[in-house]
Amino acid sequence: MKFTFFNLMPWPYLPDDFRKKYRSVWVDIPSSLYDPVKGHTVYNDYLDTLEYAEEVGFDGVGVNEHHANAYGMMPSPNIMAASLARNTSKAAVVVLGNSIALYNPPIRVAEEFAMLDVISGGRLIAGFPVGTSMDTNYAYGTIPALTREKYSEAHELILRAWKEEETFAFNGRYNKIRHVNCWPKPVQNPPPIYIPGGGSLETYDFCIENDYVYCYLSFSGFMRAKTLMDGYWRRVEESGKDPSPYRGGFAQTIIVAETDEEAERDYREHVDYFYNRCLHVYPGFADAPGYRTIKTLQANITEQMTQNANVSKMSWQELIDQGYVIAGSPDTVVEQMKRLASTLNVANIFCLIHIGDMPKDKCMRSAKLFAEEVIPKLRNVFPDYADDDRFWINPIDQSSITETKEAK
Amino acid sequence: MESRIIEIQDRASIRVYEGGSGPDLFFLHGAGGLLQNDPFLNALMENYRVTAPLLPGYEDSESEHLRDMLDFTLHSFDVLDQLNLNKPLVVGHSMGGMIAAEMAAIAPDAIERLALICPAGFWSDDHPIPDLFALLPYELPGLMFHDPEKNGDLMSAGGDFNDPEFLTEFLVGNAKRMGSAGKILFPIPDRGLSERAYRIKAKTEILWGAQDKLIVPHYASLFSSAIANSNLTMIQEAGHMLPYEQTSQVLEVIAKL
Repeated sequence: MKFTFFNLMPWPYLPDDFRKKYRSVWVDIPSSLYDPVKGHTVYNDYLDTLEYAEEVGFDGVGVNEHHANAYGMMPSPNIMAASLARNTSKAAVVVLGNSIALYNPPIRVAEEFAMLDVISGGRLIAGFPVGTSMDTNYAYGTIPALTREKYSEAHELILRAWKEEETFAFNGRYNKIRHVNCWPKPVQNPPPIYIPGGGSLETYDFCIENDYVYCYLSFSGFMRAKTLMDGYWRRVEESGKDPSPYRGGFAQTIIVAETDEEAERDYREHVDYFYNRCLHVYPGFADAPGYRTIKTLQANITEQMTQNANVSKMSWQELIDQGYVIAGSPDTVVEQMKRLASTLNVANIFCLIHIGDMPKDKCMRSAKLFAEEVIPKLRNVFPDYADDDRFWINPIDQSSITETKEAK
Repeated sequence: MESRIIEIQDRASIRVYEGGSGPDLFFLHGAGGLLQNDPFLNALMENYRVTAPLLPGYEDSESEHLRDMLDFTLHSFDVLDQLNLNKPLVVGHSMGGMIAAEMAAIAPDAIERLALICPAGFWSDDHPIPDLFALLPYELPGLMFHDPEKNGDLMSAGGDFNDPEFLTEFLVGNAKRMGSAGKILFPIPDRGLSERAYRIKAKTEILWGAQDKLIVPHYASLFSSAIANSNLTMIQEAGHMLPYEQTSQVLEVIAKL
């Protein structure tokens, strides 16, 4: 299995009465709740946690893109990734990802991802999300019913911009560019491509066809993800491709402490902060009409409606029993992670170790315990695919670089 | 009232409601579509031969080819042509008014008589129009009607939201309708009509509900000054659903055309 340390970068100063006083953490949250001076420390603390994650042994460090969102303060994940590319040396830099329908022209993504891949020496994992409706439609104004068409055109343009050796003309519906010429090119061409999906059938097929990694980034935990991932694996089987668990990725909230009791005592408040304040989204912003395809709506509505449990009222034990949070001593967490792996058949784990308003020291403690006490016991969960490196980074061999310099 | 499907090349398959007798009247509906056995259409049919096409996304009208304002405008001309309607009186409500005005701006000689009922299409920073795409169903009647108590039922979904099958059907229908409307209304219902409205030659009646809370009466004056040969009527005790709240007064104004 591969473990990527994720930090969503939430704003940790939302007031206690946030739910009562404000209708949404996203889209129209008042900017009076933000303080740039505090923000300076917050960003730097968060980057520290990501760099520390590499130090203690995570395979990757992950960032993502949100807009007008107080639980995800990375409108530009590439800025964070650039910093990480310099301050890490082995870990995959997992950008999950750039909402490619929002970049105009999307060559910008081809260029910036190429830069990141070159700076990091071939350690980029490139994520291409459609982006949530809150980000894509409400905050960035993309027309809901045209979002997917724009997305697929952007995808085509970016891949061609990386691959073509000669300058070419691109006559798209949304992008007309006479001279497409991506300078620089990425080291890995293309880098591993990860696609966050939310259960749409089209996205399953898109990943399978292109050998992209299908990632389910939910905050509802692994048990509730089973139906969705089962749907994906069924499509994989129907397509005739191998069911390598590395074709799948999943985001999971994880807390490790010395004991189960300590996990609850020290971390519960931060979990509450996340589920109560950070996920408080006005329902009117949840899903702009036209954003989802009709096929997906027809397949999923009933399920989505019945899945909306009231997390804010759950007890610690309920959160754990229902899989929202994996938390406890290293042994407890190992056992739950094994259940996650066997339930979902997923080998790429995006570990949400930083949660809500968790301070840096607590986050690092939990990260260290996970890396040192948990990861080693999970390395061989999928022995049949132990050598499957098709979906992971393929960095430059650093020794070859030194030799070249010496030869000169 | 009858309805049938017409095919436009291989580009669109469109349901058209028809009925009544008298001069030809071409009606373009708003973002909500037509109501069940639409009372306003029925009223129009007493004096006119009414043709009311449904845009793609509404009921079983379909097309993969409409993306922007020009597509919607030309599509409406395609429907007119297909039905052999020659210079009918064109009436549009809300989003339909926006399309009707675009038609008259693009082909000023083809549209001679025009009724715009609280049309969309303009934007004023001082009077931002509420985001129709971020409203919850229960918020709609208060915004759409002058008297939601009396008329709110007109917009009821006609079923029980606790029934998963009905809920699915409703959400799918809503996603199709508003997804389609969003192509010209999202995120701001302005596709440049104010730049083109000077071209409109049609004799134009502009009608507005004095209590319209969705597109407030400020916009009535914008339309009125943008269209040269126009006359504005403000109607009291009416909100954005003016044709349904004050049907007879609306008919009287249309009768002037």
